[in-house]
Amino acid sequence: MNKLVSVRHISKKYNTLQGEIEAIKDISFDINEGEFIAIVGTSGCGKSTLLSILAKLIKPSDGIVKYNIDNPVIGYMLQEDALFEHYNILDNVLLGLKIKKSLNKENREYVIDLLKKYKLENFMFKKPSELSGGMKQRVSLIRTLAIQPDILFLDEPFSALDFSTRLNVSDDVYKIIKDSGKTTIMVTHDIGEAISMADKVIVLSKCPSVVKNSYYIELDKRDCPTKNRKDKRFNYYYDLIWKDLDNNE
Amino acid sequence: MSNEQKSFIKKYKIKKAVIFMWQVFILLFFLILWEVLSKHNIINPFIFSSPSKVVKCIINLYKDNNLFIHIWVTIYETLIAFVIGLVISFLVSIILYLYNTVYKVLDLFLTCLNSLPKVALGPMIIIIAGANTKSIIVMAVLINLIVSIVVITDGFYNTDKIKIKLMNSFGASKYQIVRYLVIPSSYKTIISSFKLSISMSLIGVVSGEFLVSKAGLGYLIIYGTQVFNLDLVISGILLLVIISYILYRVVEYIEKLLLK
Repeated sequence: MNKLVSVRHISKKYNTLQGEIEAIKDISFDINEGEFIAIVGTSGCGKSTLLSILAKLIKPSDGIVKYNIDNPVIGYMLQEDALFEHYNILDNVLLGLKIKKSLNKENREYVIDLLKKYKLENFMFKKPSELSGGMKQRVSLIRTLAIQPDILFLDEPFSALDFSTRLNVSDDVYKIIKDSGKTTIMVTHDIGEAISMADKVIVLSKCPSVVKNSYYIELDKRDCPTKNRKDKRFNYYYDLIWKDLDNNE
Repeated sequence: MSNEQKSFIKKYKIKKAVIFMWQVFILLFFLILWEVLSKHNIINPFIFSSPSKVVKCIINLYKDNNLFIHIWVTIYETLIAFVIGLVISFLVSIILYLYNTVYKVLDLFLTCLNSLPKVALGPMIIIIAGANTKSIIVMAVLINLIVSIVVITDGFYNTDKIKIKLMNSFGASKYQIVRYLVIPSSYKTIISSFKLSISMSLIGVVSGEFLVSKAGLGYLIIYGTQVFNLDLVISGILLLVIISYILYRVVEYIEKLLLK
């Protein structure tokens, strides 16, 4: 696999009136093309900060994030669906293309095909409030894919959903990502979610977070996340990561 | 329709009718009490007038072809001030959102101006703009402008931070964030400010007419006071109550149409 991103010694400090807060410290790893990486850590450990740095939304205080392609297109999916109620579903999905001024007939057809493929074509002209939580997350992911990103960043994408919806939506989202073949980085505090979806899990320590451990997840059969949870090696990885987080220094 | 639903709708209609009947009753009771007290000199009829005298006064204004002129002048001035105030406050709010430092600097002055009784500026406005309709409109604009700026800017700054982050992830410029997110998502706040703005404009116009005018309901009230025609004063006040209610309802109707 070709290396897509090199992350080297990145740190981030925030300046507040109460003093300096170090969110992440000396983090290094590589991201290969087509890989699905999950970054796991406790709440407030700096996972979202790390993701924002990787997605170039904020700059690191130290270190470097190097992309091995010029002007990479970045897709970012947030904790909430963040759909705009003043637009219908189709306009929401086309938003990124409008902003990037790259909306044309071809792109529009690509987006409509995605909506059709994931059974959302009947909701194209509905308002987001008319959709269920799971459907909104699917729309949110399609909006991210519409700009045809080189890399996808998912910031706790299922944290706003209840447990059963979360399992169903993670299956749907996993399928969409795998179909697209996009390189994906997801941050989550849910160990099960990370193991069941990712090829590699990076465990972060408490704030200021450093990389505590990383695991290549080798399950018998890579299937949908709900089925992956039933794999005999799932609990093995779960215990390892749990121990890492439990012994969180 | 189920029996429960029928019973619910019946109860709802009865409650609505009861409220309406109480409103009519209170109004009639007040008017009859006022008429009786005035007729039997329990309250001074010269100062407090009476409903019958007020009706006569309004009919006389109508016969002299003055009634609709005064009403129209006040409505016309109010609407002009309302539109000017709205356009300026909208543009200023966008600038204050785009340039946060400017907002932080001006916040103190906006708060001071908001709490200042703008009528105090009346004499100065007359000197600057002249003793004419312009002064009245300037005063009304000043009264509605600051409140509208504060309300709309506040609405802009309350835009969902998560959605702003999403826009940033698409590489949106500040202007694109304002165009695609901030303005449309503050639509309700902007429309709601219409109601506040129309009431403030009317207050401004009447205050302006008190100081400088040759027509309008404010002029009627102040003229009636000067010549001790209290029937005219109370007629002017009642007409103002009716007009402000109608204007408020019209704006509320427009608001409902726009928010559909």
